[in-house]
Amino acid sequence: MTETTTFVPPSRFAVPGRIAVDTQTATTWQTATLTEIRRETPNAATFRFAVPAWAGHLPGQHLMLRLTAGDGYVAQRHYSIASSPDDSGHIELTLDHVDGGEVSGWFHTVARPGDSVEVRGPLSGFFAWPGDRAALLVGAGSGVVPLMSMLRHHRARSLDVPLRLLVSARSPEELIYAREYGAETTTVFTRAAPDGVPVGRMTAAHVEPLMAEAPPGGWEAYICGSNAFAEHASRLLVTAGQPVDRIRIERFG
Amino acid sequence: MNVTRGFTGRPRVHNAGLPPGQYDAGDDWPVLSAEVTPDLTPADWNLRIDGLVAEPRTWDWEQAHALPASAYEGDIHCVTSWSKFGVRFGGVSLDTFLDAVRPDPSATHAVAYAHTGYSANLPLADLTGGRAWIVWDYDGLPLPAEHGGPARLIVPHLYFWKSTKWIAGIRVLDHDEPGFWERNGYHARGNPWEEQRYSGD
Ligand SMILES: Cc1cc2nc3c(=O)[nH]c(=O)nc-3n(C[C@H](O)[C@H](O)[C@H](O)COP(=O)(O)OP(=O)(O)OC[C@H]3O[C@@H](n4cnc5c(N)ncnc54)[C@H](O)[C@@H]3O)c2cc1C
Repeated sequence: MTETTTFVPPSRFAVPGRIAVDTQTATTWQTATLTEIRRETPNAATFRFAVPAWAGHLPGQHLMLRLTAGDGYVAQRHYSIASSPDDSGHIELTLDHVDGGEVSGWFHTVARPGDSVEVRGPLSGFFAWPGDRAALLVGAGSGVVPLMSMLRHHRARSLDVPLRLLVSARSPEELIYAREYGAETTTVFTRAAPDGVPVGRMTAAHVEPLMAEAPPGGWEAYICGSNAFAEHASRLLVTAGQPVDRIRIERFG
Repeated sequence: MNVTRGFTGRPRVHNAGLPPGQYDAGDDWPVLSAEVTPDLTPADWNLRIDGLVAEPRTWDWEQAHALPASAYEGDIHCVTSWSKFGVRFGGVSLDTFLDAVRPDPSATHAVAYAHTGYSANLPLADLTGGRAWIVWDYDGLPLPAEHGGPARLIVPHLYFWKSTKWIAGIRVLDHDEPGFWERNGYHARGNPWEEQRYSGD
């Protein structure tokens, strides 16, 4: 006797709808030519690339980037795409300079316009926001990178679904994309803040007003940053009433 | 070969235990789950094995712990390119669970699913023959929640996303059925030695 009836697990996390990733584009390496470097903070810079055959991406997706040494050694890392999908033939990445970092070190100390690297992607259909649902974005440090792609997409297309961004940085100087935020953004500073702004990590007091503003149908929440931040922020959201099955997390490690 | 100007890479030490494209994470154990870490206690946890089996069964925490203990000591490899050497997990061999439910001879694959709703597909041959475990201890201590505690599957010879965290069940099938990560662009099998990272690799 065999049993074939489907058992539904007592899941508290429903798998969100799939956003298709094209296998062909996701496995082909393409040359990306560096066209511009923009400093964002003392520790982070944005690298703009021309990738003529880029198939496009959804805000929130990342790619795989590889550098090849003369002896054939390759180093591969994941990077979120910072630019909006409409930046045709170009993509932008924003990299933190990691101490002793092999790849980010090369970008921050060697790379100059005209250099080329290889990329493949876009990857992951999970941490992606096509612009269809009200979005509550929560990020820290370089975790704001994929969220910025969402924000830029929202603006570029003049989308009218609500979007809010809660972003944490150590200090105003270390806030990536500081000049680009508008009324949709709340900033949290953990080490140093402008006069009159409290210093400290993200708390329920930051999250609750945003939850109270939730549109009918609620928020789709996207959290990105270090694992410690993701754990902290996701607990705050759950405690404030955000359903676990509507929180997507990208952990940079 | 597309050599990157001025890139030499880090000084390399040859390490035969390291699959291609991986680095040794040392004492680090990065966390890479896409969902909120669930508050799952041993009292809430259970494991169901069903599908193409003679006797589908569910074990609770105590019943699972009453089975003969088995440990894995060795290496693990994550698709995001870190590997971790000499880890120790304690639990029960998956063979013990499968022997109890008796898979049908026509069974070829399985889907492992988590209490959070995630799933991964695996050829049955990767889950049998002493190659997979249900574990609840790490280094002699309870498995931390962010690493899949109270209990997870481990299939250490495949990339670690196949080692479903917060394991809730295994459904035995006579065909391959992609799980959550595989539907989202990851490879169907995930052999680190062949660098089967993304579908199409
Ligand atoms: C989905 C995803 C998206 C990401 N997006 C971004 C982004 O938008 N921006 C961003 O700045 N970062 C991002 N990251 C992180 C990024 O992938 C890299 O981890 C980061 O840039 C560091 O790489 P690196 O080569 O500079 O440092 P590494 O050389 O990898 O060093 C990082 C750490 O790992 C250890 N390490 C790594 N390799 C070795 C080795 N061979 N030997 C010894 N130790 C080693 C080092 O000790 C160090 O502490 C993302 C990560 C993920 C998973």
